[in-house]
Amino acid sequence: MSKRIDVKDLNVYYSKFLAVEDVNISIEARSVTAFIGPSGCGKSTFLRTLNRMHEVIPGARVEGEVLLDGDDLYDPAVDPVTVRGQVGMVFQRPNPFPTMSIRDNVLAGVKLNNKRISRSDADALVEKSLRGANLWNEVKDRLGRPGSGLSGGQQQRLCIARAIAVSPQVILMDEPCSALDPISTLAIEDLINELKADYTVVIVTHNMQQAARVSDKTAFFNIAGTGKPGKLIEYADTTTIFNKPVQKSTEDYVSGRFG
Amino acid sequence: MTSVPGAQRRTSDPKGFPVSTSTLTSRDAAGKSGDRVFSGAALGAGILILVVLFGVAVFLIIQALPVLGADPADITGGDGFGAYIFPIVVGTVIAAAIALLLATPLGIGVALFISHYAPRRLAMTFGYLVDLLAAIPSVVYGAWGYAVLAPQLAVAYGWLAENLGWIPIFAGPASQTGKTILTAGIVLAVMVLPIITSLSREIFLQTPTLHEEAALAMGATRLEMIWMAVLPFARTGIVSAAMLGLGRALGETMAVALVLSGGALTASLIQSGNQTIAAEIALNFPEAYGLRLSELIAAGLVLFVITLVVNIIARWIVSRHRDFSGAN
Repeated sequence: MSKRIDVKDLNVYYSKFLAVEDVNISIEARSVTAFIGPSGCGKSTFLRTLNRMHEVIPGARVEGEVLLDGDDLYDPAVDPVTVRGQVGMVFQRPNPFPTMSIRDNVLAGVKLNNKRISRSDADALVEKSLRGANLWNEVKDRLGRPGSGLSGGQQQRLCIARAIAVSPQVILMDEPCSALDPISTLAIEDLINELKADYTVVIVTHNMQQAARVSDKTAFFNIAGTGKPGKLIEYADTTTIFNKPVQKSTEDYVSGRFG
Repeated sequence: MTSVPGAQRRTSDPKGFPVSTSTLTSRDAAGKSGDRVFSGAALGAGILILVVLFGVAVFLIIQALPVLGADPADITGGDGFGAYIFPIVVGTVIAAAIALLLATPLGIGVALFISHYAPRRLAMTFGYLVDLLAAIPSVVYGAWGYAVLAPQLAVAYGWLAENLGWIPIFAGPASQTGKTILTAGIVLAVMVLPIITSLSREIFLQTPTLHEEAALAMGATRLEMIWMAVLPFARTGIVSAAMLGLGRALGETMAVALVLSGGALTASLIQSGNQTIAAEIALNFPEAYGLRLSELIAAGLVLFVITLVVNIIARWIVSRHRDFSGAN
């Protein structure tokens, strides 16, 4: 259960403003791809076009194609709700539902898609998802307690458990560790390495060491100046990007000379 | 050296160390006194509310005392205060309950439309119009209920009595004028609607984007997102909104006095009859004196207590879920 993503000639607009210009990229199934670049370069915007979450902002639209194993996400017949069921997302700040227990948080997505799920199946799914997110041992005795009572790092892993509970094809992560301490960050990074076995993972990060640690391939986005659209500058194996990038601006960025 | 005030501050002592200019302490003092004034003002405001509440309660109790000692035969109705107050308490609760049952779901629906469905510009106009509803004087609502709504409803009541008359609350004969407790409840619902709508809308708009996006990113439709993220977040606020609305419905005088042709307690909502405390007081106050006045004030005290109890119950219901409120 993991699909590849191919993006062709993608432009993203907010009303008339062109935010991201002409992105072409192919993301392999069962791999971790990192998006890096300075703030405002459009990497988060682009990430959100991969599950149509940018449409939440009024006036946002795209031109071009995003193919999930060959199926265009932007085909007029496609419902964004279906897309988001297949392409899960983890956000910058942990956002478990505060009014739900830990268990209900994990099951939230499953309950959406229907189906009455028997109690034993639900228990099994909760355990499997929480184990998958390396959180089971920490919360197994308090599944009925509110998710908002956990630490930030635990909450973020709960959000990952919630995302994988619906068995998505792809998991998008938008700076998942930027609100976490180093120990929690390490736990999430370990988890990303494990998730790679089953899912296609795309992660936006400001932390270049993190990109180097977790990703197979890295895409560098940049922006020519304020008000100009963000562009994909270079996309290659992570080792290439960090050791011998082709583009001068990539080298400047990864070596810390700017940004 | 001139004697300009402050110039001496810049001098240094014989060893060359600068002399204290007192800037740190003086600023602190200024900030502290401002803080003290503000905290005093806040405390004063808090105390004032308690004093007013207490004063009203004391006034009501003192004025109502004669009723306790009175001979039951002297009380209106001739069977003592309990027999006098019970029907109008029930009438008050029925009218307010009808109002709340109609207005709460409708108010939440309208608020959700404004906050999550309508295009932004339409939502602003619409919200403004709803707020305007709250500014209409209650006597206007009463006149509207009396002149327009009641005659229309009389037709419907006739139909209800004929077809659903076997249900006690729709038992005939239906009022020909339509001036019944159900009409009063409906008018109250219209009056309460803007309160519930405005408050709910404000709370819905404050739902954290983070939680809305969490729901959407899992593949929730907009309706499912509202169920998962918006309504649970707003639960406390919705209860508060309903309580404020209930307060107005319980205490509303003019509209009920105009719309309801009051009388003895009846189970049927479509016959004339029933009365509310507020309307009972308003209708009889001008000619009341002596014991009759005390009766009416005692009735006011009972209304006061009902409102208090309802609010306490509502707070209790809300606080049972405090762990899951999202406040942490």
